[in-house]
Amino acid sequence: MNYDPQKTPKDAQQKPILEVRHLCVDFHTAEGTVHAINDLSYTLMPGEKQGIVGESGSGKSVSSLAIMGLIPNPPGEIVSGQILFHGTDLTKLSDKEMNKIRGDKISMIFQEPMTSLNPILTCGSQIAESLVLHRGMKKKEALSEALRLMQEVGIASPEKRMKEYPHQLSGGMKQRVMIAMALACEPEILICDEPTTALDVTIQAQILDLIRKLNEEKGMSVLMITHDFGVIREISDNVIVMYTGKVVERAPADVIFKEPLHPYTKGLIGSIPRITKERGRLEQIEGMVPNPTEKIEGCTFWPRCPYATEQCRKADPPTVILGMHQVKCWRYGEA
Amino acid sequence: MERLKFIGKRLVTLLIMLIGVATIVFILTKLVPGDPVTANLSQRSLSDPKIVEAYKVRYGLDKPVIVQYFYYIRNLLRLDLGTSIRTNRPVLEELKRCYPATMELAIFAILVAAVFGVLFGIISALRRNSVIDQIVRAISVVGVSIPSFWFALIVLFVFYYKLRAMPGPGRLSSFYAAPPTVTGFYTIDALLQGNIMKFGDALMHLILPGCVLAAFTMGLITRTTRSNMLDVMSTDYIRTARAKGAPKRRVVFHHALGNAMIPVLTVIGLGLGNLLGGMVLVETIFSWPGVGQFAYESVKALDYPSIIGVSLLIALNYMVINTIVDILYGVIDPRVRRR
Repeated sequence: MNYDPQKTPKDAQQKPILEVRHLCVDFHTAEGTVHAINDLSYTLMPGEKQGIVGESGSGKSVSSLAIMGLIPNPPGEIVSGQILFHGTDLTKLSDKEMNKIRGDKISMIFQEPMTSLNPILTCGSQIAESLVLHRGMKKKEALSEALRLMQEVGIASPEKRMKEYPHQLSGGMKQRVMIAMALACEPEILICDEPTTALDVTIQAQILDLIRKLNEEKGMSVLMITHDFGVIREISDNVIVMYTGKVVERAPADVIFKEPLHPYTKGLIGSIPRITKERGRLEQIEGMVPNPTEKIEGCTFWPRCPYATEQCRKADPPTVILGMHQVKCWRYGEA
Repeated sequence: MERLKFIGKRLVTLLIMLIGVATIVFILTKLVPGDPVTANLSQRSLSDPKIVEAYKVRYGLDKPVIVQYFYYIRNLLRLDLGTSIRTNRPVLEELKRCYPATMELAIFAILVAAVFGVLFGIISALRRNSVIDQIVRAISVVGVSIPSFWFALIVLFVFYYKLRAMPGPGRLSSFYAAPPTVTGFYTIDALLQGNIMKFGDALMHLILPGCVLAAFTMGLITRTTRSNMLDVMSTDYIRTARAKGAPKRRVVFHHALGNAMIPVLTVIGLGLGNLLGGMVLVETIFSWPGVGQFAYESVKALDYPSIIGVSLLIALNYMVINTIVDILYGVIDPRVRRR
């Protein structure tokens, strides 16, 4: 809450591409209003890889849809806050103006490659579409560029795949098509919403390698949204951990792995399987993410927290800033 | 190539189904009580054993049932549907006479229903819960639930009798002669004849019965389009299209419509099948010399050959339409082609 976006970036001379300031998003449902995102702020520098971690229902996906202007309205609504892209507030733009940014300056790949491609259009034409829309290319020109993009994202025999339909491709291949589509106009920001969740483990690693390679070669910023700290370990300079729409911890990636402060973060990191000599059970976080319409007094994590005290139940903890590290917990030091 | 193979497969299936339907109709005629000889020959002919014998030989009625079945199929393949008892003309001739009239009206009606149904459905889905949506939904409910014979009478009363804005029953005004038969569609034949006025007159005669018939199917098409459009608009791939920066109109027509049309095609096909077979009431009210009227007259006269002929024709309609719909599925949806 006292977060000053100007201070955290590693390189002070560079201007941030994206600044999210005190963003609040509500969903008006039949059961009541849900605060899907509650005061989210962060900045994204050119070439930076920002991770946002949380379970389903933490608000992480909604935060990315907010940037794209794709929150379904109704029921969703950006209640307050700003999303500054090169200083322009995206929340103030009309749908038409957003269409010039979506897919051109900011692109997004989604969790479900199986359902995220149009089943009745060929893969090639779906990739070429962005180029026709934003670069004003002719269809033929766009298709040959699509072919190059398919090669770039590592699709074997792209000439054949171009003319194929999504159902003829494997899941990993479809995600590569999604990535090629997102890359078509060389965006400044690539938002990846759980890009590997629906894929096999070996394919996951390939897709993450590809995203990292593109980040390094093209210098585009990556916003990696995931529930999996394993993915964050692969791709992230800085990490934000979200729970019930609030930021509970924020730190550079190496710091958070070495010294997680929030019990929720510890739980998420502890649940990554790893290969070590001693065998043991994976840690798990007890319970479930609370029903979003449920009102919880105090810290929203206390019902699942092994360290919860009377204080946690009564009052929402403040955000404590410890240098590069921020945590929103009453007992961060002791736990 | 893949498409051709798909279409070929469908056509083979169609042929197999045709033989199946003909078989079922044959079995039904054998199960129905009544002797075809007494049903088909006049009293005088029946008293002459020579004529009875000749008739039995001609239709193979002196042979075992299984042999009769092959005769029946052979006659069908020769397009011999027998002779109508009522009119004493070959059933095939009768059907050839009345089928184009029905088809012209049915095609007109289905075009009206499909164009407006799809249009209303899209508007309704995109402006969900708006006033327009409510109005469109009300219209479609009325269209589906209104009885066609009542609607037909009201429409005739208002537009023909009171307002005199539309021509009355029949296919053409009495001062025009029917155009020379090429397709049997008066509108097209009038155009081929080069008579624009006659074309206009034939078209005007189509409007009232066509709209009455379209009302029901249009209601169904509107509702199906609306619900499918709503489903499709909330899919992941539409979100992808929007994330690409595609403008709203492109999202609707390029990305959503094709996917939403797949189930609507079935409804349109079934609607056309219904129209081609079951317009008895509307054809009677509008004095439309079509299959519905012929079926009605045949049933009244217990004219077995004609009834069988009409049954086969209606079955054939549905099969051909379903085949066309299947082929169109394949054209729209690449996933169907693979199966």
